[in-house]
Amino acid sequence: MSKPIATTRSATGIPTGRLAVWWVIASEIVIFGGLLASYIMHRLGHPEFGDYASHTNTWIGAFNTLVLLSSSLSAVLAHQAAERKDGERAAKLLGLTMLGGLTFAGVKAAEWTMEISSGFTLTTNAFWSFYYTAAGLHALHVIGGVVIMGFVARDAAQGKELQRVELIGNYWHFVDVVWIFLFPLLYIAK
Amino acid sequence: MSNAPHEEGWVKKYLWSTDHKIIGFQYLFTGMAMALLGGFFAYAFRMQLGFPGKSVPGYGLVSPNEYNALVTNHGTIMIFWFAMPVLIAAFGNFLIPLMIGCDDMVFPRLNRLSYQIFLLSAVILIASFFVPGGAFGGAWTAYPPLSAKHQYSLTPAGATFWLLAVALEFVAFLMGGINFVTTVMNSRAPGMKWHQIPVVIWMIVVASIVFMASVGPLVAGAVMLLFDQQFGTGFYDPVRGGDPILWQHLFWFFGHPEVYVVLLPAVGIVIDVIAVFARKKVFAYKTVLYTAFATGILSFFVWAHHQFVAGIDPRMANVFTATTVLISVPIAEMIFVTIATLYGGSIRLTTPMLWALAFVAEFLIGGVTGIYLGSSGSDIYFHDTYFVLAHFHYTFVPIAVIGSFAGVTYWFPKMFGKMLDEKLGKLHFWATIIPFNFIFIPLFITGAAGDHRRIHDYSRFPDLARADLQNLRAIATVATVAMLVAQVIFFYNFFKSMKSGKRAGNNPWNANTLEWSAASPPPHGNFEVLPTVYRGPYEYSAPGRESDFWPQDEPPDGETEPAQEAAE
Repeated sequence: MSKPIATTRSATGIPTGRLAVWWVIASEIVIFGGLLASYIMHRLGHPEFGDYASHTNTWIGAFNTLVLLSSSLSAVLAHQAAERKDGERAAKLLGLTMLGGLTFAGVKAAEWTMEISSGFTLTTNAFWSFYYTAAGLHALHVIGGVVIMGFVARDAAQGKELQRVELIGNYWHFVDVVWIFLFPLLYIAK
Repeated sequence: MSNAPHEEGWVKKYLWSTDHKIIGFQYLFTGMAMALLGGFFAYAFRMQLGFPGKSVPGYGLVSPNEYNALVTNHGTIMIFWFAMPVLIAAFGNFLIPLMIGCDDMVFPRLNRLSYQIFLLSAVILIASFFVPGGAFGGAWTAYPPLSAKHQYSLTPAGATFWLLAVALEFVAFLMGGINFVTTVMNSRAPGMKWHQIPVVIWMIVVASIVFMASVGPLVAGAVMLLFDQQFGTGFYDPVRGGDPILWQHLFWFFGHPEVYVVLLPAVGIVIDVIAVFARKKVFAYKTVLYTAFATGILSFFVWAHHQFVAGIDPRMANVFTATTVLISVPIAEMIFVTIATLYGGSIRLTTPMLWALAFVAEFLIGGVTGIYLGSSGSDIYFHDTYFVLAHFHYTFVPIAVIGSFAGVTYWFPKMFGKMLDEKLGKLHFWATIIPFNFIFIPLFITGAAGDHRRIHDYSRFPDLARADLQNLRAIATVATVAMLVAQVIFFYNFFKSMKSGKRAGNNPWNANTLEWSAASPPPHGNFEVLPTVYRGPYEYSAPGRESDFWPQDEPPDGETEPAQEAAE
């Protein structure tokens, strides 16, 4: 399908794809915002959440924070490569970011297995319900991002649609920022 | 991109199309079909209320559980599967590219996906009537604990189907909204400045942004409710550390802005129609926009007026009373703008104009009665009575029904290339408007007398089982039937004119906006040559001109056609 002329216009001077990704991120911010605001209200009303939170594993959380933040670096470098029209290098760097995302998801799976086998499940109490819901929604975004990044990298390797490297990078940074809120709220505030 | 006609299969052309006009029609026809379903539900439960315990022709006896499922899904369908798809998605899709002068949406495939998800959501909602336990009956607001626990709702599968359907509908409209906003921001015709965009397009954009910014918390809330229903979490269960009021906040933080999400596009349609048929420039165009922005922003600070009896802090109730009464200022301003536009115009009472004028008159009643409900003192008395119900039907019927009819009768010539029959159109107008008032004015009275909204049969309540009140209920029921029957005239006119109506030509109303310079109906790609814009959309009866309209894309005198935008 050829692109309509509408897609190629830019009355604002901002490329259409970038504009759309910002609107996607804006609509995601209010989704996570609503969830986190609900959690914070509960946390303030229930001091005992602190005791429940002490069962979360801060070290695993910290390791995952490190992995996710580092994976954003290769996304930035991929954007740089795409600006230089070096699609192959951009694809390789995106591959590195995907590896980071997969590591994050793998570690998360192992962590949850540990928690569940120690008896902390979705229904244990309101804290653990929020813990699994918020971190789970975030993990879905990580996995979704990795999948989309795979398609972007495939095209970039052939020098096609290089502007998308920046767009998926913007989305990835957003996923990072959400985790930066989740980590202290769920792991550190005890 | 070529506009050369090429043969496409029926499926590819009508079901798998990425053309914004076809997707607009898909939303329009799905929305109209769902409106008929919602109307049928209203018929069934109104019959039960007007003539309790009698078997309803075409339905049968309405049991209490069925009654709950019918009112719940009537509300849900009319808001999410009729008002939104018709006002925002159908008109948005059909009008945006045509009115801003481009060939399609910026993301045509995302557009197609958005409709497909919407259709899936409608199928899931209808399917909920056929699962064990039947459809959800916990009201369209779905307050927990009733909605969260199967032992209360008695609809283990229906409640979850309902929730999934609503969540998918949100996803479809998020996709559509991003497409609308990005298209209007980036793909306007060369020369079209922000204050030359038609009001209806602005309104759809503001509505899409308000929707996007308000629905997020409810998406999160819906996930939590789903977990409460299916996995036994306790987000809304106070015994387990949750809070049922949390849902009310998340729901109304979306639910009240949602009123303006559907109101604004309807106001946009009405203002555009009034300018064309008053042959006059819209009064204070920029003020209309600023008021729309003000309404959008204020709409985020009024939600707790739905919760005055939910045990909220009375000091907070005062704050929300103030914000709620405040939001009637920009809305009143928009009403005044329509009246000021009419003043001194040369008014033509065509069918779309009748609908537009009816919108102003009827919505006013809804707006004024809203002040009683926005004030916490009187709301505590009126809460959950038929007074509330009559109030919001005086807002939503003008928005969804009257606004849609104004739009459909006005743009029908562009959509299908034929004119609607004016005589039938006017007959349908009066046959709809008169019964509409006979439904809801009696319900203001029964509501003020104490009729609670969620009662299946008043004969069990001695204070309310009075003959005078029952007569009013019966009047409302008969009027409902009359209003529904009147729609036969519309559908007859619609399909007959589509087939054998008078040919419309490009610009039957002598209107200025860009869609009227395209062929009727516009071909794939819309315009033979993409237009350039030289002036605002409302230059009617401009002094010193012979004709009383001045199309946006007509080059100023003495200038030749500029170089056209190269087709990329």
